Amino acid sequence: MDRKKIAEQFIGAIPHSKALGMELIEITDGAAEIAMAYDPRFVGDPESGVIHGGAVSALMDTCCGTAVMSHPTSPGGTATIDLRIDYMRPATPGQKITARAHCYHITRSVAFVRATAMDEDEDKPVATATGTFTVQGAA
Amino acid sequence: MARPRPEPVQKVKQRRDAALKALVQGVPYIQFLGIEFDRRGDELTAVMPFDEKLIGNPILPALHGGATAAFLEVSAIIGLSWSMLWDQIESGAFDADALVDGKMPRLPKTIDFTVDYLRSGLPRDAYARARINRSGRRYASVHVEAWQDNHGRPFAQATGHFLMPVRDG
Repeated sequence: MDRKKIAEQFIGAIPHSKALGMELIEITDGAAEIAMAYDPRFVGDPESGVIHGGAVSALMDTCCGTAVMSHPTSPGGTATIDLRIDYMRPATPGQKITARAHCYHITRSVAFVRATAMDEDEDKPVATATGTFTVQGAA
Repeated sequence: MARPRPEPVQKVKQRRDAALKALVQGVPYIQFLGIEFDRRGDELTAVMPFDEKLIGNPILPALHGGATAAFLEVSAIIGLSWSMLWDQIESGAFDADALVDGKMPRLPKTIDFTVDYLRSGLPRDAYARARINRSGRRYASVHVEAWQDNHGRPFAQATGHFLMPVRDG
């Protein structure tokens, strides 16, 4: 089975990512792109209609984890050790948010990941993230 | 001169609970995750009852790191807003009815948020409490800790910085 198919099934198998309507756009060796459509249920500020930071965190976490698992030397599973998110600006209400993550270094036990989240304005990031993840599943 | 007679306890509780309810119910994402708040005096405990849609690893099973992060962030923002609004709630200046009608006070905005995952989140209810380490006119620093069965064994903690809303006066 090819990597994209595995990843698609993987997102569909994660109840929380499925509940947030996440969609896998692309997956390559150590990198992933996942989108989340605008949904009024995910709003954090009812006055402005801006999506809650927590929903962006969930998207970033899923995207980073997927990037780790797609790394050629990753034996399989992963779990988040630490994830830091910087919020640059509120995402524009009504627009989908797309996260891109890159696993830029991996050892036998730890994977290092960076990610960026964009809305439909591709010039200004909504948020950036850096995280470390466990490397699991080695026989 | 005699000090004014204290308010009846029911009236005080009713006012505080109405303010808290209005603050929490106005945010759709808090409702989506099913997060509730337990109040004892001015102390808040966030409660996230277990739900299948919070799962991130169905094999273990374990809570999704994103659900945990969101729970911590919600606890931090509501904790910070609560302490920011407390004096207004106590003086009666805070109008919970206006809040229910959709007129929310401006909430703090997250600048950054760092989550430490200490152990995997079990498929059980989760609890969290926020501690405000600094609350200035413009910036605030908040620490949050989340636990499940044992308070002494937290499963996640976080620190975040927040931009405070511009206030009158």
